[in-house]
Amino acid sequence: MSVISVRDLSTRFGEVWVHRGVNLELERGEVLALVGGSGSGKTTLLQQMIGLLQPAAGEIRLFGQPLYGGGRQREAALRRRFGVLFQHGALFSAFSVYDNIAFPLRELRLLDEDLIHDLVMLKLAMVELLPRHAHLMPAELSGGMVKRAALARALALEPELLLLDEPTSGLDPDRSDSFVQLIRMLGEELDLTVLLVTHDLATVTALATRVAVLAEQRILAIGSVEEIMQFDHPFMRSFFSGARGQRPPKTPD
Amino acid sequence: MAAPGIGVVATAEGGRDLILTGEWTLGALAPRLTAIERELAAHAALPSRWNCLGVEAMDSTGAMLLWRAWRRTPPALLLATPGQQRVLGRIAAAEREPAAIPPPSSPVESLITLGGVALRVGRQLRDATALIGQLLLDLVHLGRHPVELPRREIFANLYKSGVRAMPVTALVGFLIGVVLSYLSALQLKQYGADAFIVNILGLGIIRELGPVLVAVLVAGRSGSAMTAQLGVMRVTEEIDALAAMGVSRSLRLVLPKVLALALVMPLLVLWTTAIALAGGMVSAQIQLDISYGFFFDTLPKAVPVANLWIGLAKGFVFGILVALVACHFGLRVRPNTESLSANTTASVVTAITAVILVDAIFAIATRHVGLPF
Repeated sequence: MSVISVRDLSTRFGEVWVHRGVNLELERGEVLALVGGSGSGKTTLLQQMIGLLQPAAGEIRLFGQPLYGGGRQREAALRRRFGVLFQHGALFSAFSVYDNIAFPLRELRLLDEDLIHDLVMLKLAMVELLPRHAHLMPAELSGGMVKRAALARALALEPELLLLDEPTSGLDPDRSDSFVQLIRMLGEELDLTVLLVTHDLATVTALATRVAVLAEQRILAIGSVEEIMQFDHPFMRSFFSGARGQRPPKTPD
Repeated sequence: MAAPGIGVVATAEGGRDLILTGEWTLGALAPRLTAIERELAAHAALPSRWNCLGVEAMDSTGAMLLWRAWRRTPPALLLATPGQQRVLGRIAAAEREPAAIPPPSSPVESLITLGGVALRVGRQLRDATALIGQLLLDLVHLGRHPVELPRREIFANLYKSGVRAMPVTALVGFLIGVVLSYLSALQLKQYGADAFIVNILGLGIIRELGPVLVAVLVAGRSGSAMTAQLGVMRVTEEIDALAAMGVSRSLRLVLPKVLALALVMPLLVLWTTAIALAGGMVSAQIQLDISYGFFFDTLPKAVPVANLWIGLAKGFVFGILVALVACHFGLRVRPNTESLSANTTASVVTAITAVILVDAIFAIATRHVGLPF
């Protein structure tokens, strides 16, 4: 059973077709990078997968279940099975880091505050933040810490699937490398299935087990990083041979 | 998906084996949390061997529950898969992080809080003074370089805060006029002093009610919009972008709002006062049989024209006040949503309070002006 399965998906904004007949399968344990030029509809596709946008045609299933229908309870239960890391973190600015991570746990309305405290502190340690960071407000955090706190919140409900939107955007190369390593380590430890949308070649090569190229309104190619590098297409040539792609990715030891 | 369970088996050596089964994950545990916690606590009280090998899945919530039952030290006899060991190890590692030390509480805590409040008030006053000073400097600068007058911004603000406010001020003004006239008429009828309705409405609305009513409406309508606009521009760094291009934020953003409200408020006061008087007139005609002709005839005699000037002057001052307060709070917004809503609220509340305070000062300062007795 695929974790994500997209079938014949089409999207239209006004007169402009963003996707026409997109098909994509993501198997358990995979780390799939979705790459494509600006405006190719990567983020739109991600938003459709998490149920923020409805496609014009086609269907998306998560864990074999449709995203919509079946009542609010079922929809909410399905959405609790994945975590999303938004591009700018999307931490609730009115809450401290602690309350941000505790929020999804409290929303379950089943756990007591004591257990929530232990779980929040554990998640903080998992993303390599210190206990004293728990009571900072999002406005007081650096870019890297925002991403880590947001990752901790995305992991709060022990998701099986993690969706990352530009996980390293806005981070300097050093921080983005250490953040990528953190994601990689957590992904392996927690047995996560990961879908990431990114522009950064270093992120793709360090994380992804498979790469899907979104261009010309559909999935143009899909395969391992090596296979995709062989693929001859103007976008791929510029993506893999551009100056920004030259930085060798750090491999974890 | 199997529910989490705990089985007890007596071993040959006379010990106890606790065999955990099912899924020890957040999703499976949450609905039966209290029962499981109680069961775990009962088992943990007795010495036993914990066997987790039969657990189908264990996430950090499941491991955390066990960890808490074990009072934060793993039991001597534990059978767990490498994966489970790793999860438990992560919890143990997190425990080793030094806990955040709360800042030591000081015996003069309340004094510090009080001082903090005083400093904040002082800072607010300093910022407000700086804003007003900057506006005066801008005006001087504009006097020397009239080309730089932000015309488009002024006209846009005139239209947004003035023309667009006409329907709502008219509606509210008319209804207030009707209500005021109706209530006064009930009393005046008892004394046979029907004709004095013109004096009451004329003085009350032109001198007091018109300007204050408009100021409150404009503070709620345009003041909040100005604060929110400046606040959002701050959040999205637009204000910084302006400054980086060498465009003065006070000249381009604050001054047009202040000038526009200063110009448009007297006009709105005139408009609202007229409509409120019309409302009062209609009501007086129905209640007291006072003809429109009599009303028009008596009004100039009962209400000296000085009252109109006072009303318009109030409109001018209130306009400046509302715009200044709105801009002051708008520029104080820090880049988060909480600060935006707090400052917008503060802007409206402060503007209305300030308007009523200044109105009281006006009442004292003009107590010998424009009264017919």
